[in-house]
Amino acid sequence: MLGRGILRGLVETWRNFQGSYYDPARLTTVQYPEEKLPPQENARTIPFLVYDGDDPMAGLRCTACSICAAECPAHCIHIVKDTAKKPDYLGKMQLQPKVFNIDMAVCMECGICAEVCPFDSIKMDHVFELSSSDPDMVLQKTDLAKSNDYFRKIHPTEAAAVDAARAAEQRKAQAKKEAVPGPSAV
Amino acid sequence: MIAPPPELPPRPAGDPPGHDLLEVALGPHHPSTHGVFRMNVILDGETVVKLTPVFGYLHRNHEKIAEHNSYLAAIPYTDRLDYICSMTNNWAYVLSVEKLAALAVPERAEYIRVIVGELTRLLNHACLAGFLLQDMGALGTPLMYAFREREKILDLFESLSGSRMMCNYLRFGGCRCDLPPGWLKQAAGVVAGFGPFLDHFEALLSENEILRARSQGVGVLPPDLAVNAGVTGPGLRASGVNYDIRKVDQYGLYKRFNFRVPLGGQGDVFDRYMVRILEMRESLKILDQALRDIPNGPVMDPKARLRNLRPKPGEAYGRIESPKGELGFYLVSDGGPNPWRYRVRPPSLVNLTVLEDMCLGHSIADVVIILGSIDIVLGEVDR
Repeated sequence: MLGRGILRGLVETWRNFQGSYYDPARLTTVQYPEEKLPPQENARTIPFLVYDGDDPMAGLRCTACSICAAECPAHCIHIVKDTAKKPDYLGKMQLQPKVFNIDMAVCMECGICAEVCPFDSIKMDHVFELSSSDPDMVLQKTDLAKSNDYFRKIHPTEAAAVDAARAAEQRKAQAKKEAVPGPSAV
Repeated sequence: MIAPPPELPPRPAGDPPGHDLLEVALGPHHPSTHGVFRMNVILDGETVVKLTPVFGYLHRNHEKIAEHNSYLAAIPYTDRLDYICSMTNNWAYVLSVEKLAALAVPERAEYIRVIVGELTRLLNHACLAGFLLQDMGALGTPLMYAFREREKILDLFESLSGSRMMCNYLRFGGCRCDLPPGWLKQAAGVVAGFGPFLDHFEALLSENEILRARSQGVGVLPPDLAVNAGVTGPGLRASGVNYDIRKVDQYGLYKRFNFRVPLGGQGDVFDRYMVRILEMRESLKILDQALRDIPNGPVMDPKARLRNLRPKPGEAYGRIESPKGELGFYLVSDGGPNPWRYRVRPPSLVNLTVLEDMCLGHSIADVVIILGSIDIVLGEVDR
């Protein structure tokens, strides 16, 4: 019968319309500005720099090795090394960045910087409401620095693994220091 | 006072056709062109007598950028080729690098690739069916139903890779990270819900008389022309040519899975729509088997190096059956840290070359649905 297919389709539309009032499987979106979904743990938006302790600039994990800047597909990271060194979590003297800028107008949020960083210093953030009236979208290291507590909060699984690995390294370094007498003791 | 228009001279007797042809520029801002694509259509009345595609508006220099970046840094750029199917783009590229550098892939990673690849096929075909029906005048409804299902798959991709569309997930030698806990169960739920969705979607439209009248016998692509033009993917199979790279090359683990390749008989717009619906059902079969059989183990080859990869001088061509057709990457290495030559074989662009042959003799309203049935994404056409 001509028109049977159309009628079947209309029945389907009616069922969907009704279901949209009570069936949770049909409600895949939320009313955004009023209601916000919690971000997934793996979600990534822009990069940030992790620091330990209370002072962001003193506790910055970054050693200005520039691997992230070299691997960045969009070349949006600009690093200048500082001449002064500072001790890292193992007590070793490490370089630190004098300038660490990320141009957010260029960054494509791919997460490769976080993937290649050997010092667990650069990680991907969860913030997403980033529009501002400031036309300069270059973030300095002071803007990028966020505490390890924040990292633990947004990426609990990954942060726990990083903390465990760093604590193990610290214990190893401590044991080595105690086992081998320094040159003055000889 | 407005002057009356000048009187046109009377048409001479025996006026040859083509005397009052009309040239229409469809696009690049036309909503039916799926992006920034322009067609210069020459019409005799409403009938198309010539069609010239104009593209390049979205050219982003993808190949040259990749030649100046490391092998790793090209992966996020491949996401942006066909921005609906970033997972399969990643797959085709990493397959070429794996061939070039002779890297192995752990079994679990191969299973993950099959799963995300087939999920990508589901979301691409669902979107395409929605867009095509939207082009035919079914405004909004089927597209929104398709997008509802796509949303569930995108949630899976987000919890896996961190991003909904620009996944950047596969790596040469495996995958970037293992599946998060509970992901397989969630994926099985989405796959289980997709079959009923397809039933409803087909009940909504496949038997609709208007849809059939609009699409049957329109835009016929003969099989010999399809083969000669290099058309691949569902467009080729709708013309009845049995050619699926998953069966021909059996890349990845596709020889382990039991699935069939749906073929069309007429090669018209309706067949191209139906072949995609049937392909989704076959993808669900593959997904069921893959989600059942996925083993535990590592997801990265321990010998693979992401940074400072310097393959030996040589060349490699890796290709996969992406949802749109044969997606291939041709790489030439001179031993350096970046590819010496990097070339994409985009299915959208090659499939687009037969657009004029399919449109000639049809009305201008049919041009829109013929273009819609080819399934192009301009990010891939223009690169």
